[in-house]
Amino acid sequence: MALAVGCRARPGKARDNKTGSWRVFKPSFDHEKCTQCGTCKTICPEGCISEDTDGKFIPDYQYCKGCGLCAEECPGEAITMKQEEK
Amino acid sequence: MVNKDLELFDCGHRACGGCGAALAARLVLKGAGTNTIVVSATGCMEVFSTPYPETAWKVPWIHSLFENASAVASGVVASLQKQGRTEKVIVMGGDGATFDIGMLCISGAFERGHDLTYICYDNEAYMNTGIQRSGATPYDASTTTSPAGSCSFGNKRPKKDMPQILAAHGAPYVATASIAYPMDLMQKVEKAINTPGPCYVQLHAPCCTGWGFEGEQTVAIAKLAIETGLWVNYEMIDGKVTKVKKVVRKPVEEYLKTQKRFRHLFKPKRQDAEIAAIQAIADKNAEKYGIDIKLKKE
Repeated sequence: MALAVGCRARPGKARDNKTGSWRVFKPSFDHEKCTQCGTCKTICPEGCISEDTDGKFIPDYQYCKGCGLCAEECPGEAITMKQEEK
Repeated sequence: MVNKDLELFDCGHRACGGCGAALAARLVLKGAGTNTIVVSATGCMEVFSTPYPETAWKVPWIHSLFENASAVASGVVASLQKQGRTEKVIVMGGDGATFDIGMLCISGAFERGHDLTYICYDNEAYMNTGIQRSGATPYDASTTTSPAGSCSFGNKRPKKDMPQILAAHGAPYVATASIAYPMDLMQKVEKAINTPGPCYVQLHAPCCTGWGFEGEQTVAIAKLAIETGLWVNYEMIDGKVTKVKKVVRKPVEEYLKTQKRFRHLFKPKRQDAEIAAIQAIADKNAEKYGIDIKLKKE
């Protein structure tokens, strides 16, 4: 018999929640200064930074909360936080 | 093998910007891989990752109560074993669920010897309900149930030594890690889930809201905790410490100054005796684990 107690949700359904709207400061990536170390991608608490086909690191602004952790930890100082105008 | 590109903890969770625990969850799953079942205890991570009907987890995940996560996991492990399945079971609990509320069930699961890995993300208080002290809250930290004021310097008791308690249960693998060293963290999780028997990993995960600092400082503060000797990254195999992260130690003041929960030690008056007491805790850690790098004298 199938159990039907509790609540169920589809894996990764949190994607419906676009946390990018929380952002006040927006990280801006300077791909000239980037050394491709991948620190930003590893330490992003959202996991919203990915590499595009050219190997450039791009955050998904739909989910980026603008915490600034990537800009703080980037060893090449290639990421700067700028106040976002909405 | 640790797969750094594997994302099993998805975007859209409702953690604060710069959350240490959210980062810990991501890194743990990178180390654990897809063949994993997660059992969560109640806590901030459970709340921000799974507000119904959403979930940030992309592996099978179950939550029952605050205190019984390791008992639920014991059942899951027994059932998988009976069915001949190979999934690894991870329990994720905060320090409140681990050090205080879940203690009885954890002790039971470790004593029975189930093949599970208990991971505690330690943010040193009950953050979800509004920063109440737990058994993991460090000496002199101000929380809402141990407030600093004219009669008190905050939490009066030192942090409970949970890794030693579980090592005393005969756990084959016990480790501490920090989000400041992601590769080390992922490797320790991988090692723990591949070690048969009950294993324990304790992760230092700073909480910007509870400790009082800006979200961008999370990793820097976790690193400072290690550099001052207030958090020690080590590995214990069969109860013996086999690997320790060594550092050139900084004074504890550099760590304390960064957080509002220790602000009363500097304002309105500098409390030298209290700072010295915290320095003594760091010195004791350094001596116990031998973390000091001896610089050659020129």
